[in-house]
Amino acid sequence: MAALLLHRRGPVTAALDTGGGRPLERIALVDLLDRLLAGGVVIAGDLVISVSGVDLVRVSLRALITTVLDEASGEEAP
Amino acid sequence: MTEVRTDGGTAVYLYGVARDLDPAALPGTGVAGAPVRGVPAAGLTALVSTVRLEEYGEAALRANLEDLAWLEATARTHHAVVERAARAAPTAPVRIATIYSDDDRVAEVLTSEGGRFAEILDRVAGRTEWGVKAYAAPAPAVQDAPPAEPSSGTAYLRGRQREQRRRADAGRRSAELAGELHAELADGAVASRHHPAQDARLSGRTDVQVLNAAYLLDDDRVEEFLAAAQRAQDRLAGIELEVTGPWPPYSFIEGDR
Repeated sequence: MAALLLHRRGPVTAALDTGGGRPLERIALVDLLDRLLAGGVVIAGDLVISVSGVDLVRVSLRALITTVLDEASGEEAP
Repeated sequence: MTEVRTDGGTAVYLYGVARDLDPAALPGTGVAGAPVRGVPAAGLTALVSTVRLEEYGEAALRANLEDLAWLEATARTHHAVVERAARAAPTAPVRIATIYSDDDRVAEVLTSEGGRFAEILDRVAGRTEWGVKAYAAPAPAVQDAPPAEPSSGTAYLRGRQREQRRRADAGRRSAELAGELHAELADGAVASRHHPAQDARLSGRTDVQVLNAAYLLDDDRVEEFLAAAQRAQDRLAGIELEVTGPWPPYSFIEGDR
């Protein structure tokens, strides 16, 4: 669930055991979005999606922040 | 821009482009549960799966990208596909939600963009991305001073100025530490990139993120890099490091700019 990831706490300090590339823990969504929304090869697709690059980041972060604030204010998602 | 039907048709979702990928290593399942397949062209393999336009068409995509649960599921699946391919062969991840009409169009793009993909794959082959975030504990409140009731307006203002200076100093020190830390880590990397600091509401942390960076490492320099990060962690009081990786090279697609 997004909520657990977004509210992840506690020291995951320098998780320095690479152990042959095993995932150490479930990846935090925010770290993934840092990369997926701003990284990767940008090539024109066939769909006229203008929500790319900066626009996409803004759109998605708005979604994230809205969710976090909703949770903080005690509202439950259906 | 091609007009794409949205009436129950399908399209093709592109995850990334690999070179010398053993077809047996093709990642299994893509977004919406569809199997991932390889589209070969120009000596490259595009990793794709079929999507329905009612979910991935333009209007649907625009709405879905606003839906956190949908975005998370898509991002995690996209990442899983790219990551499995990247473990098997040099792989250039493509920006999330890049959609084509059909496999033929994907093959066309591989051919027309082949030079660019070759350049990217040359740069990332034998390398992985590592993320390092550093957090500084907030400066502790000053214990030694202000009386509960300032004796005068002037004393109150002075106290406030002192507090502002103290915070500014602490901020500067954190920024300096982050700069030093980054220089040290970048030293062992082929390239580095700064990501914007993550909003505290997203990271769920109350301390201040003073560094959010990615480093592209040669495979045989990873241990060394991690040891350097560990030494920095041991040395820098009040700074907490968080290292993630290995990542496919999402942050190192563009050359130095």
